[in-house]
Amino acid sequence: MIPAKFEYYRPTDLAGVISILEEHGDDARVVAGGHSLIPMMKLRMADVPHLIDIQDVEGLSGISVSDGTVTIGAMTTQAELIDSADLTAAAPILREAALQIADPQVRYMGTIGGNVANGDPGNDMPGLMQCLDASFTLFGPDGERKVPARDFYEAAYMTEREDEEILTAISFAVPNGGYAYEKQKRKIGDYATAAAAVQLVMEGGNCTFASIAMTNLSDTPIWSEAAADALTGTSLDGAAVDAAVEAMLGDIDPTEDNRGPIEFKRHAAATILRRAIARAASRA
Amino acid sequence: MNDLTPDRDERVANLKGMGCSRKRVEDVRFTQGKGNYVDDVKLPGMLHSDFVRSPYAHARIKSINIDAAMALDGVVAVLTAKDLEPLGLHWMPTLAGDKQMVLADGKVLFQGQEVAFVVAKDRYIAADAVELVEVEYEELPVIVDPFKSLESDVVLREDLDPTADGAHGPRKHHNHIFTWEVGDEKATNEVLDEAEVVAEDMFYYHRTHPCPLETCGSVASMDKVNGKLTLWGTFQAPHVVRTVASLLSGIEEHNIRVISPDIGGGFGNKVGVYPGYVCSIVASIVTGKPVKWIEDRMENLMSTAFARDYWMKGKISATKEGKITSVHCHVTADHGAFDACADPTKFPAGFMNICTGSYDIPVAYLGVDGVYTNKAPGGVSYRCSFRVTEAVYFIERMIEVLAIELNMDPAELRRINFIKKEQFPYKAALGWEYDSGDYHTAWDKALKAVDYDGLRAEQAQRVEDFKAGKTRKLMGIGLSFFTEIVGAGPVKNCDILGMGMFDSCEIRIHPTGSAIARLGTISQGQGHATTFAQILASEIGISADSITIEEGDTDTAPYGLGTYGSRSTPVAGAATAMAGRKIRAKAQMIAAYLLEVHDDDVEFDVDRFVVKGAPERFKTMKEIAYAAYNQAIPGVEPGLEAVSYYDPPNMTYPFGAYVCVMDIDVDTGVPDIRRFYALDDCGTRINPMVIEGQVHGGLTEALAVALGQEIAYDDMGNVKTGTLMDFFLPTAWETPNYETDYTVTPSPHHPIGAKGVGESPHVGGVPCFSNAVNDAFKAFGLRHTQMPHDHWRIWKTANGLGLHD
Ligand SMILES: Cc1cc2nc3c(=O)[nH]c(=O)nc-3n(C[C@H](O)[C@H](O)[C@H](O)COP(=O)(O)OP(=O)(O)OC[C@H]3O[C@@H](n4cnc5c(N)ncnc54)[C@H](O)[C@@H]3O)c2cc1C
Repeated sequence: MIPAKFEYYRPTDLAGVISILEEHGDDARVVAGGHSLIPMMKLRMADVPHLIDIQDVEGLSGISVSDGTVTIGAMTTQAELIDSADLTAAAPILREAALQIADPQVRYMGTIGGNVANGDPGNDMPGLMQCLDASFTLFGPDGERKVPARDFYEAAYMTEREDEEILTAISFAVPNGGYAYEKQKRKIGDYATAAAAVQLVMEGGNCTFASIAMTNLSDTPIWSEAAADALTGTSLDGAAVDAAVEAMLGDIDPTEDNRGPIEFKRHAAATILRRAIARAASRA
Repeated sequence: MNDLTPDRDERVANLKGMGCSRKRVEDVRFTQGKGNYVDDVKLPGMLHSDFVRSPYAHARIKSINIDAAMALDGVVAVLTAKDLEPLGLHWMPTLAGDKQMVLADGKVLFQGQEVAFVVAKDRYIAADAVELVEVEYEELPVIVDPFKSLESDVVLREDLDPTADGAHGPRKHHNHIFTWEVGDEKATNEVLDEAEVVAEDMFYYHRTHPCPLETCGSVASMDKVNGKLTLWGTFQAPHVVRTVASLLSGIEEHNIRVISPDIGGGFGNKVGVYPGYVCSIVASIVTGKPVKWIEDRMENLMSTAFARDYWMKGKISATKEGKITSVHCHVTADHGAFDACADPTKFPAGFMNICTGSYDIPVAYLGVDGVYTNKAPGGVSYRCSFRVTEAVYFIERMIEVLAIELNMDPAELRRINFIKKEQFPYKAALGWEYDSGDYHTAWDKALKAVDYDGLRAEQAQRVEDFKAGKTRKLMGIGLSFFTEIVGAGPVKNCDILGMGMFDSCEIRIHPTGSAIARLGTISQGQGHATTFAQILASEIGISADSITIEEGDTDTAPYGLGTYGSRSTPVAGAATAMAGRKIRAKAQMIAAYLLEVHDDDVEFDVDRFVVKGAPERFKTMKEIAYAAYNQAIPGVEPGLEAVSYYDPPNMTYPFGAYVCVMDIDVDTGVPDIRRFYALDDCGTRINPMVIEGQVHGGLTEALAVALGQEIAYDDMGNVKTGTLMDFFLPTAWETPNYETDYTVTPSPHHPIGAKGVGESPHVGGVPCFSNAVNDAFKAFGLRHTQMPHDHWRIWKTANGLGLHD
């Protein structure tokens, strides 16, 4: 549990970060809260000869809600998400999800940027960001670009981000309607056995909008368009929910691990999604 | 003439003796982060170490190349078996009469096995050097199933002569370790054959690990000038470590000083001797510098002593009315690569033969076969007394299965089979003599406290509702009634490596009337400094606040066998009381002299000796202590000291009645513990608050084991649960509220009637949680489902019963 030797950098601006990334490419990594990266380094599963601490870089944290858009700086901690009254008013699903991540100690350190950039299928924020159709702002040698969360994840630990790029912010439109983040885990501090993020808009007893994303049930988060489609235009009757669950089950591809065999995970995913839909509907 | 204030009640209160919920004196330093653990030991010039460990569960070692590691700046030495061989230390004896590799000698037998020991100037360099040691392995077939092991041609222990007897008699197969039999199998089978009702099942008590918060470690410092070796370490039995170190190394015992400083939990994990201890000693001798070895969490979980891993096949017979007539139990015990169980020598399966439980069972048989596999060695008593957890789990599951067979309420079935109060001392069919008990009183109190009948009615309604589709949650009522066997033990039948399992206490009263007492035990969180001072306070009339309790330094403490198996209070606690009584006897003579009366004319009263019938004529213990040192008393030696070595006449048998109420979500497999009631009878209660703390802790570890904590291996022998992400260690979040209760049935043979309690809640708790899960599905046809009851296994049980259809 002792990491290999590494160089430690602590730049104060984005240019400083990018120049180190450019110089060392694959051999350099930024560290935000460190609560995913440092354990990997201690296990010697991640070899990071050049570690760039970005906590002194100006302008990477903070939450703003304006013109119907929520923008969250990459270095904003999960604890800050939980504590932000503005964010909770605009998108309460973030607070509900963040409270189910790890434990308070981890949440004081772990950042939303690290959580979404990490690419670990167990992280809760990526699925949630896909549910909200968020967009990630990446900054690199060629300037800034935006990538939709729904296009960001390629495989476990593989994302659209280039080695020389850094994630600076996350933004999404203030969601409407009801929401739920439902997660089954074995214990405090555990990643999801199955988790579902659901946003629903109901008008006159009819679902006019739905978005559904699942966590830790494939090697990437799964935004299930088909599941959402199965709900839209319905009253969320039993048949519609069944169809949504069926559609979701068609999109996920869980693997067996200590959390259980595949058939269990699929059943848990179905149960969790049903509960999330019910709770979101009750709030819509 | 003396002043009679304060009055007697106040004097009793000032004493903070037996029965007082005195706050733990240790907690002042622990809560401030001022404890002093092994890793806090820092010596000038100290070197650090790390192990190269095997990634394979079974492999031959073709070669080890240390050149690149030695070339790394700051590396001082890399030890392999070849280096230890000339000292005869490449293998070491285990506590179970087997031997174990210190460093891999030609092959490795489990994942995580120690292959080479790197010593470097700092911990970081050591870790880097580990990666530079090149080991060439040739993989061998892996066996992780003890049943397959007994049929396999693959020889795990090539060092053993397959035809020769092992430490516990004949071996049946090259992977077989021993057969241990207790009781009368023929008579038991006869009863089973004729019985009106027989229930049988296979109960697997999965492999788990004690996982103390502090991992294992040591600091060895060989002083080449005076020839003295000082060894700090995470030792639950420091004196035994000294003796073993002396026997192994040839260093005379007076030249070895073993110190157990503060220990961050043991739970049996720190009883045995680990390769790291031996290597740190050798490295210190070789380098002439102090050498520290501290393992990390993964190493602790992977390579240090596991617990349980018992396959228990049981049969129980009864009359139609439910009177139990016999029990038959056969255990296939997976001991891993080496038999390193920590049991008294004559008990290769510990006290598993307490498996007739709290019931009056006329005839019984227990057979245990120990087996080698490619798993880590160990087999320690994780918060229990030598396999009593397995025994209690066995009988408490067995009785539930019998209740199903009989179609009888399991609480009633227990009641009609309990050993009756008047039957104590009770000689059990498998040999033990239970000292005292009043099971019916405890059981009735427990059932009444939880409104058992009301719970059963609620459960019946829940089943109806479930069947009607009104709920997806089932309700389980877990019962357990356990009898522990603790306080090992009488030297006539209990020894470890030939060392009798007595314990000791030495007391010195200082001239001003305060005292220090040293014991052969060592606290790992049990609160000895608090409770032993209380025993002494009541015995010698000096306030507990004025008594220092010291343990763990073999240069100063009297010899003792250490702390595990709830033996400290039954054995060292008894020694403390007995030594205290010697002090009191001398104090009486001094008091009589000072009061100018005959010895028999004074009597002890709380904190003083009083002239009988004249309460105003007395000498306090403070005055007596001063006189003991400073007044020439004819015929009496100066000083006030005593020592007692206590060889207990019998074990003590604490017991308890537990009830757990659980709601289970059949779709997710998530259990929710609604209520947990624990009644413990540990005899005389020394400190109710400490007892309560021990009960909470033991129950939480029971919850862990029952609901998910396991060391799991895949078919290749890879440890699947080597980090705390997968190895379940409950926090406050997973822990339910506990209601504690008690009855008091003192031990008749213990000087203060105390029985030991630290492990009871674990022993009784595991079957209670497990029974609750099983009970929830009983109405749907379940007889038995194996632990650990984690979400997916509970779900699978529900699925198998068709509850998802
Ligand atoms: C015990 C424990 C339990 C946990 N449980 C959960 C859980 O239930 N759910 C969950 O979602 N998470 C969980 N986590 C992870 C935790 O939330 C992490 O903090 C989070 O995943 C990563 O955030 P971080 O700031 O710590 O990132 P770091 O560990 O610093 O970085 C993670 C990765 O992202 C990269 N990175 C970080 N910031 C940026 C950036 N701005 N631009 C580009 N790349 C970046 C790093 O280079 C690294 O590869 C747990 C962690 C622990 C230790």
